[in-house]
Amino acid sequence: MAEFSEKYIITDEIKADEYLVNIGPQHPSTHGVLRLLTRLEGEIVHNVEPHIGYIHSGIEKMTEALSYPQIVHLTDRMDYLSAHMNNEAVCLCVENALQVEVPERVKYIRTIFDELQRLASHQLWWCASGMDLGALTAFFYGLRDREDILDIFEETCGARLTLNYSVPGGVMFDIHPNFQKSVKAFITKFRKKLPEYDKLLTDNIIFQNRTKGVGVLSKEDAIAFGVTGPTGRASGFSCDVRKHHPYSAYPYIKFDEKLGTDGDSFMRWKVRMDEMWESMNIIEQLIDNIPEGDFAVKMKGVIKLPEGEFYQRVESARGEFGVYIVSDGKKNPYRVKFRSPGFSNLFTINHIAKGWKIADLVAIMATFDLVIPDIDR
Amino acid sequence: MKSFFNYIAEIFSGVWTLLTGMKVTAKYFFTPWKNVTQQYPENRDTLVMYDRFRGEVIMPHNENNEHKCTGCGLCENACPNGSIEIISKSIVNEEGKKKRIIDQHIYHLGMCTFCNLCVRACPSDAIVMGQKFEHAHWDRSTFTKVLNQPGSKIMEGIKE
Ligand code: SF4
Ligand code: SF4
Repeated sequence: MAEFSEKYIITDEIKADEYLVNIGPQHPSTHGVLRLLTRLEGEIVHNVEPHIGYIHSGIEKMTEALSYPQIVHLTDRMDYLSAHMNNEAVCLCVENALQVEVPERVKYIRTIFDELQRLASHQLWWCASGMDLGALTAFFYGLRDREDILDIFEETCGARLTLNYSVPGGVMFDIHPNFQKSVKAFITKFRKKLPEYDKLLTDNIIFQNRTKGVGVLSKEDAIAFGVTGPTGRASGFSCDVRKHHPYSAYPYIKFDEKLGTDGDSFMRWKVRMDEMWESMNIIEQLIDNIPEGDFAVKMKGVIKLPEGEFYQRVESARGEFGVYIVSDGKKNPYRVKFRSPGFSNLFTINHIAKGWKIADLVAIMATFDLVIPDIDR
Repeated sequence: MKSFFNYIAEIFSGVWTLLTGMKVTAKYFFTPWKNVTQQYPENRDTLVMYDRFRGEVIMPHNENNEHKCTGCGLCENACPNGSIEIISKSIVNEEGKKKRIIDQHIYHLGMCTFCNLCVRACPSDAIVMGQKFEHAHWDRSTFTKVLNQPGSKIMEGIKE
């Protein structure tokens, strides 16, 4: 097991035997254009300073010039691995503001899509972080299985990554006639594949030694930093928005919130692996019971929100995603703020990576599941 | 002494977990027909995209070179990034009335995000999403397209 060298924890000034290393902005293990300014002594990390802004696209400002249906399509581009959850958050926010009740069918479809998206996201996280830790084979297996979900998306909504499937008032198309069949086929298949993931990596002794006990985030710190999602739950912080503030079809179903205890990298890994099983359970509860009905309610051609402030949160694959809209009654919002889970999660990194080796920093980042446009939007 | 045995046991369990992992990879190595890679450029002729696939915006014309676009401009308004420009012209019809019709429906493929909002906005279903996805080209100017074909007319019976 890697050793935590507490005696090296230091103060702020750079000492003679310390040096600075830039990890990123172009580095494979940062999963995007994130720059970590790291202060090292030998291999030991003394300080990590995340620098963001390299992929800032000004989405929040851009939305002020767009109408509400147009905003939805931009949210795809923030956390592109949770595109549907982001879409849904904006749609729910607009629907709540207008007090539109969407048909039951829409709720079911959205929830199934949420969980499929979560599966797809966790698969990509699994394979990419496997690759970070040196298991290249994992990368191919993860992408192979993710492909099935992307095909389901493509069949129903025509896009694979930037779905733009939710629209205010419902979903863009009705589900494809094959949808239920292909989802069930996927689940049957993936239930057999998931144990393979465990055999390949989770049970592997090298992998366990690199993650167990590394980068412990205590529950108190998780709450203090506002860490949400699987990362927070691994520290024992019960923060699942699907449980605590249920939306769409989540009130109708039974599922467990997977909580960890240790808060180390391995626990973050385990929680996500367990969540994949749970997502499949959720989909199975819903897929046969999609009620008949419309797939969207008719909205006005120009959607105008009443004056006021509206907030809606959803559980994206990385944690709590929130949309805060300030409206002055016009067809464009006055101000939009997105609360992205990655931002809060990333900034714990200095706190928990201090004193670990640089290879452990990679393990910590891998299990944090960072998506940079989500942090930087 | 105990730690020595632990050390040995750890080595054996380590090797064992490695072998378990390798069993999985070996399974796929020896059953290559189960692998799922599409031979993409080679299978072009047989490759069928899903019918809802959003590849580009197209305007279908019938055999008489007629389309359904009235030039109302709703798609232009719905587009989040200005990929559509509607240029209309006025003509005098048979009854001597002035009328605005579409002159050019300009579509900038290079800016389009394939969000489908324009197709949803169109009241007469004049534009749809096409299946073509191989858009790469040497020349950027080819990305600006005029969707209504030269000399095309509006179909009979489309409400304006
Ligand atoms: S698909 Fe979207 S981006 Fe493309 S032209 Fe239509 S509205 Fe504009
Ligand atoms: S394509 Fe449709 S929405 Fe656009 S101008 Fe023509 S009729 Fe109007």
